[in-house]
Amino acid sequence: MASTRDKSGRPVVVVTGMGVVTSLGAGKEDNWEKLTAGKSGIRAIKRFSTEGLKTRIAGTVDFVPVDPLTSPALAGKLADMAAEEAVAQSGIGSKGQFPGPLFLAVAPVEVEWPQRMEVAKASGANDQVSYADLIRAAASGRFKHYHDRFQFSSVADALLTKFGTEGAPVSLSTACASGASAIQLGFEAIRRGETDAALCVATDGSVNVESLIRFSLLSALSMSNDPPEGASKPFSKNRDGFVMAEGAGALVLESYEGAKARGAKILGVLAGCGELADSFHRTRSSPDGKPIVGCMRNALDDAGLTPADIDYINAHGTSTPENDKMECSCVITVFGERAKKIPISSNKSMIGHTLSAAGAIEAVVTLLTLEHQRIPPTINYNIPDPTITLDVVPNAARDAKMQRAISNSFGFGGQNVSLVLALEPA
Amino acid sequence: MAEAPREAWITGIGIVSCLGEGLDAHWQGFADKTRVIDAESFPPFIVHPLAPIDFDKQIPKRGDQRQMEPWQRIGTYAAGLALDSAGAKGNTALLGRMDMIVAAGGGERDEAVDAAIMSELPKAAKPDQFLNDRLMSDLRPTLFLAQLSNLLAGNVSIVHGVTGSSRTFMGEELASIDALQITLGRIASGQSDITLVGGSYNAERSDAVMLYEFGGYCLEGEFRPVWEREPKGGFALGSLGAFIVVESRTHAQGRGVKPIARLSAATSGYSSRTNPHGIENELARLWTRIAPALTLDGAAVISGASGAAQATAAERQFLSQHPELPVRATATLIGHGIEPQMVMNVALAAMAVNRGTLFPPCGGASFEQPMERPLKQVVVTGVGHWRGEGLALVEAVD
Repeated sequence: MASTRDKSGRPVVVVTGMGVVTSLGAGKEDNWEKLTAGKSGIRAIKRFSTEGLKTRIAGTVDFVPVDPLTSPALAGKLADMAAEEAVAQSGIGSKGQFPGPLFLAVAPVEVEWPQRMEVAKASGANDQVSYADLIRAAASGRFKHYHDRFQFSSVADALLTKFGTEGAPVSLSTACASGASAIQLGFEAIRRGETDAALCVATDGSVNVESLIRFSLLSALSMSNDPPEGASKPFSKNRDGFVMAEGAGALVLESYEGAKARGAKILGVLAGCGELADSFHRTRSSPDGKPIVGCMRNALDDAGLTPADIDYINAHGTSTPENDKMECSCVITVFGERAKKIPISSNKSMIGHTLSAAGAIEAVVTLLTLEHQRIPPTINYNIPDPTITLDVVPNAARDAKMQRAISNSFGFGGQNVSLVLALEPA
Repeated sequence: MAEAPREAWITGIGIVSCLGEGLDAHWQGFADKTRVIDAESFPPFIVHPLAPIDFDKQIPKRGDQRQMEPWQRIGTYAAGLALDSAGAKGNTALLGRMDMIVAAGGGERDEAVDAAIMSELPKAAKPDQFLNDRLMSDLRPTLFLAQLSNLLAGNVSIVHGVTGSSRTFMGEELASIDALQITLGRIASGQSDITLVGGSYNAERSDAVMLYEFGGYCLEGEFRPVWEREPKGGFALGSLGAFIVVESRTHAQGRGVKPIARLSAATSGYSSRTNPHGIENELARLWTRIAPALTLDGAAVISGASGAAQATAAERQFLSQHPELPVRATATLIGHGIEPQMVMNVALAAMAVNRGTLFPPCGGASFEQPMERPLKQVVVTGVGHWRGEGLALVEAVD
């Protein structure tokens, strides 16, 4: 029987529940079927007018009704769906009583244009509207619900209330690495012995007009609007940016000891987490790749593994020219000659970049990949980039024998997190 | 994992507020009860403006400063002060393995762009397209990064070189309550040797006043101390930055650094605010974790009470059950900076125990009592205006 402690005597951490929502659908089953069929969830944006915008596509989750629609409201609903699936699968605790804390990766929250215009109108200002008018309208007391809605803690508050997690929730953002950071925080809390279980959720519902334009102004987004499903093309020579997307991922983490004691089904082992920040630039990686290389190595070290132990890489793979090039060169540095033989694929080719949620969604998909011994492809790989010499699992899913995988997440602000995931040892 | 928890020392402090920068300015400001308020900019609401700061001293590149909105500049500046104070500035090897947890909200809007759009959009023939066109042409590309929550941490990495790890917590007051709890947990358990933890807030912005006044939380009219704002209550937002360096005792001794104070406990909690006694019950629960260490003749409370009606009334009720401990609500003088407030008060507590004296009452004379005897321990409280509670214990190191 496998040990419940690692070589350093720390509790081994396992996954006993997983949930996922993306533009492809709700739930693991639906997502897995579409991911392995190479289907894209990217579509023309219908939620708001894209007239005059350079990017008019996204991986929006349009099948979940939220009214009135705001980013935190949608993010909250998606998180709720993913967490519900994860908690139900784990069978942990009892209804409304999750025996551990909540770690939530959530996008920054702020008042959005429809609400700002509503308050402006209510101010009664004619002709020129200023923030002094908005403050006056705010003081009328008619908009208390907007205070609550636009607090960062509002998304976590709803989850905590429903699932009954213990203690104060942690809401966090490490930009596009947020989902992985949420998992890392739960992992560390279990390792410290503070808790036997943690609910780690990451969510993003940010496809609104200003968020899209902000990324567009940074020249980060693909402008390959037609056809939408062809826009996200990680590792291809003609890749031209990422595609914004929405979704949520949730994982129930438990100490191996606790999970075994209650007879839970083990979905996988979270073997290690690595992190290393980059001080080079606000949006670009250090050209020497040291922070990303160090991040992956830290994760392997933390797991007590070497590069030779890794069978699959779930790439950050955003489809931006810079990320994919850097990630490729850093993988080669870490894995050496073997790099070209390790399959690496990007879920973002199909579901787009779910930003704050990506790290958790991709951790779920990585564990499904190990469970099914089948690798979802990198789709839209039609024009290979000759400088990217890795096996990107082009266009079609593939069976493979795998025991352990690494999942990368990198974000603006020099954020790098890698997770090492594994099947339960025999 | 049977090893004893490692002792955590506060070895560096960087603070800025309306009272100035650094410990001496704050010590003096609290001694003098200097009142620095701005009641003119966002009438009828009151804020505490940041003291004049020469940002060049901690952010030497103007190019870096231009990439930041004020909240990021305030935080990056305070982080630099903390690293200086810890003797860590410029020590590349140390900074390269220093962990970081930042408590952040969101950044400032470009108020001129917003106002122009709000004024013209209702008259536009095609409002949707008008909004798209104006945002595309008027938003500065760099504004996004200057607003983005995790980019305070990003700027601290870029400007000061802290890169061991970088995590940004959100959730208003809970952000720094959680940040301290996890920082201490990681250091006590050996997951971290040294962590920079803190955050910043820019109160001098209309969008912040608007957001909190949606809920009726802003202090209006005549200025009064935190404890004397009933029945409506209200906080005066305060511009401030606060970072501390927390380090394992062994690590600090290994590099020959003296402690300012010990961070002995940092707890977080979450009451049900629909329960009329929820906050008091939660504070009582957290208190039981700290109480065994308290020696009542040398202890005081530095309170994070903001003036928010429900939160402050409940905290006052709770603290009334511990009349032996003198109380100071620092927000009376420096205002309420939301996310970093708990770290700011832990920093002020460290300053006070280090000097062995509690500063005089901040205001609200009936509740804040003088303390003549030497100060050895401070319980720091944080009660979120809407959600979340926390208690920390800061002690003098003999």
